[in-house]
Amino acid sequence: MKAAVIVFPGSNCDRDCKVAIERSAGARVEMVWHQETALPDDLDLIVLPGGFSYGDYLRCGAMAAQSPVMKEVVSAAGKGVAVVGICNGFQVLTEVGLLPGALLRNAGLKYVCKPVELDIVNGQTRFTAGYGEQRQAVMTVGNGEGNYFADEETLDRLEGEGQVVFRYKENPNGSARDIAGIVNKGGNVLGLMPHPDRAFDADLGSEDGAVLFRSIFQSA
Amino acid sequence: MSTSSTPSAKPMAEMAAEFGLKPAEYDVVLKRLGREPNLVELGVFSVMWSEHCSYKSSKNQLKKFPIDGPRVICGPGENAGVIDIGDGDAIIFKMESHNHPSYIEPYQGAATGVGGIMRDVFTMGARPIALLNALRFGDPSHPKTKRLVDGVVAGIAGYGNCVGVPTVAGETNFHKGYNGNILVNAMCVGLAKADSIFYSAAPGPGLAVVYFGSKTGRDGIHGATMSSAEFSEDSEEKRPTVQVGDPFAEKLLIEATLELMATGAVAAIQDMGAAGLTSSSVEMAGKGGVGIELNMDMVPQRETGMSAYEMMLSESQERMLAVLKPGREQDGHAIFEKWGLDAAVIGYTTDTGRLVLKHHGETVCDVPLAPLFDDAPLYDRPWVQPALQPRLDPAAVPAPTNWNEAVLKIIGCPDMASKRWLWEQYDRHVMADTLEDSATGCDAGIVRIHGTGKAIAVTSDCTPRYVQADPYEGGKQAVAEAWRNLTAAGALPIAITDNLNFGSPEKPETMGQIVRATDGMAEACRALDFPVVSGNVSLYNETNGVAIPPTPTVGGVGLLEDYDLRTGFGNVAEGDTLVLVGETRGELGASIYLREILGREDGAPPPVDLALERKTGDFVRGLISSGLVAGVHDLSDGGLLVAAADVALASKIGVTLNATSQTHAHAYLLGEDQARYLIATPDPDAVLEAAKEAGVHANVAGVAGGEAFASDGLFSVSLDALRAAHEAWLPGYMSAPKA
Repeated sequence: MKAAVIVFPGSNCDRDCKVAIERSAGARVEMVWHQETALPDDLDLIVLPGGFSYGDYLRCGAMAAQSPVMKEVVSAAGKGVAVVGICNGFQVLTEVGLLPGALLRNAGLKYVCKPVELDIVNGQTRFTAGYGEQRQAVMTVGNGEGNYFADEETLDRLEGEGQVVFRYKENPNGSARDIAGIVNKGGNVLGLMPHPDRAFDADLGSEDGAVLFRSIFQSA
Repeated sequence: MSTSSTPSAKPMAEMAAEFGLKPAEYDVVLKRLGREPNLVELGVFSVMWSEHCSYKSSKNQLKKFPIDGPRVICGPGENAGVIDIGDGDAIIFKMESHNHPSYIEPYQGAATGVGGIMRDVFTMGARPIALLNALRFGDPSHPKTKRLVDGVVAGIAGYGNCVGVPTVAGETNFHKGYNGNILVNAMCVGLAKADSIFYSAAPGPGLAVVYFGSKTGRDGIHGATMSSAEFSEDSEEKRPTVQVGDPFAEKLLIEATLELMATGAVAAIQDMGAAGLTSSSVEMAGKGGVGIELNMDMVPQRETGMSAYEMMLSESQERMLAVLKPGREQDGHAIFEKWGLDAAVIGYTTDTGRLVLKHHGETVCDVPLAPLFDDAPLYDRPWVQPALQPRLDPAAVPAPTNWNEAVLKIIGCPDMASKRWLWEQYDRHVMADTLEDSATGCDAGIVRIHGTGKAIAVTSDCTPRYVQADPYEGGKQAVAEAWRNLTAAGALPIAITDNLNFGSPEKPETMGQIVRATDGMAEACRALDFPVVSGNVSLYNETNGVAIPPTPTVGGVGLLEDYDLRTGFGNVAEGDTLVLVGETRGELGASIYLREILGREDGAPPPVDLALERKTGDFVRGLISSGLVAGVHDLSDGGLLVAAADVALASKIGVTLNATSQTHAHAYLLGEDQARYLIATPDPDAVLEAAKEAGVHANVAGVAGGEAFASDGLFSVSLDALRAAHEAWLPGYMSAPKA
């Protein structure tokens, strides 16, 4: 069981992701600098962490999407390796085209940091299978640009094909159709704004994020 | 010697006055140099001798503070204070003001305040793990207040969130006394290895001086001098002296600095904060007893044609200066390249004891370093005893005519209302070690020591209306409340940092506030074994001759050996009994009740009996570790009533207080007597028995349960109404159309 956490300049949840994966799933985690042109062998999971890659200059995730390592991430995703983009990582995934849509400025125009209740809309993905009968999860969000946007047709398709994985019970940022997290068509690339990496033990207020990481390795 | 670095038509003596040097101070410069300084040299003297850098008016007062203790590794005098938390770990922390810049340009002023205090902490080898802020704004109805709140909060969020350090606690007050001069005090707490602390003194001559971080631009020139002067109507013209922050650069700088330190190449290091390159180079050389020579041509510059004067006085952000060990000059190269930072060897330490600057082949500054420290002005300013107020007799203070209305008004007034609108803009969870923060029912923010079972508790406290009414008691109270908050969270209080915000020390009345407030703080620190390890002084907080309310903010740090023993007041359950620990006389002077309901701000503040404070707090801490309590909340603003309301809101459960047996129910419920805690327990008999044994006063105050916040025969409001009143004010205020 092996995971890689990609580190961009400005990533600030890279350590959180490493610790969360180690504690939740007991997997080995390697930190991979954004300028690397090769990924470690035999990865079961690649995580794009939260933060402000390249200071969020230009547009959140836009510059990170051009990093050398992202070519490798896209290639690994094409081969079916599980990829999770959390917060800024979700933004990077949309910028690099692995997921449809975009993350816009929050509807309230402010950064929002709060615990959110999520509906697990699709419990059949490799990221959510571990939730079993559990249909709800609590994690925190912390973002200024978490407002998911896609055109109606895309949104219909995402919903129709079970690609909407998490939905906010109370929408904190104006996301279209309360979407908090989606997977790609292949089901191996997940992007979500809430932080499973801040919800891996009860002292942090929730253990629901740990289930997500465990799921990935159980299905690997 | 060139005097042409920046042309000046004015006589140097006149320039000195413009730079804030008094005639007598300028005379000392002339004497020490034996000649007239040039503009660069004058700039160096004026910033080093500014109030901000020299503490010339406050130093004699700061000497009163206890600064030692069994856990103190490094007290005041370095970039931040360092305490030992055992197991080889150290906590490094400090609080600092960015008041003037935040008033002039709220977003950047507050943002760079956060950036600056973080640099003070990681400069010493710590990774920042928590941020706090203490904010004081003017009257909400003042036309500038809303814009200032919006900008300051966005600035704090914009910087701290991006760097990735959780903002876990803070305090926010509103009072007309801050209309023309808000206070933005930011505190940073970092974690380091106790055997790997970095200091600023250059250890010897002949060592390379490396500049790294952002380039130097023309921003913030003479900021330290600006912040040492009073405000006037035209202060907004000083906007160009406010620096611009880049949190992304700061994040890179933290990582690069910690990596550089890990190589073992760093002999001394200092961030470029107030007075930028001047204070960093002067302090490193001066503290090390060596000289320093810099080649200004090597300084990474953002703009062309910058003079030596501009480079030395620039307060461009996110810059560091390090003295490297012999032969280690290249160690940093790969690190700076990896993080994309500008870096250059800009000079060497020397054995001359002088600061020498070269620019374009000319010597543009050559001054002895010793006078910058040894001859820095030191003032024992004249002061007068503050006029005190009489104690208010509870019988002479009217009770509310409508209790229900009064309860809702108090819980919803600007000072007591929920600050959710602002702290939801702060990332409180990044680093995944936050256990308690502004959103949870706890008297302190609590963050884990990464990878251990330990945690630190942090708090920021001051009650300016007490300090205004009686600087001595108010000074004591600020320290005592910080100690009490840490205690209530289950932590052992260890040490404080302080941020002394006052008006002009040149006025005897204000100086009297400074003297007496620090007297009180010093006494409280001694009585509570709560030493001062770092701090910052911000004077001249005046606009058009009117001083702010005296505001000596205290930032406290405590230790939890086992974070499972932390307590709060968010888990109080149906049927728990509320026990009031501590003595209640009904002190209504300078209280929230008096101000919000009766429209008065008179009376003596509650006196602080430090021996009682200590005895009561130690008892409560013992009670927490005995496992008898379900919740603890300290009593402060608004007394028992507000504390009980906080319990009800945080635990989502009704509370009924019993005040019928009290002679003056309003004084019992709303008095702000110190050294008190509200304890929730399923076993009140055991708690009362333990209190009796400890010789601590305790009485049953009420019970948790139901859906209402009530006191028999006085008031009853539904939890929903209480919550609505508590949550409504700030978002309503911020979203209302601009007046």
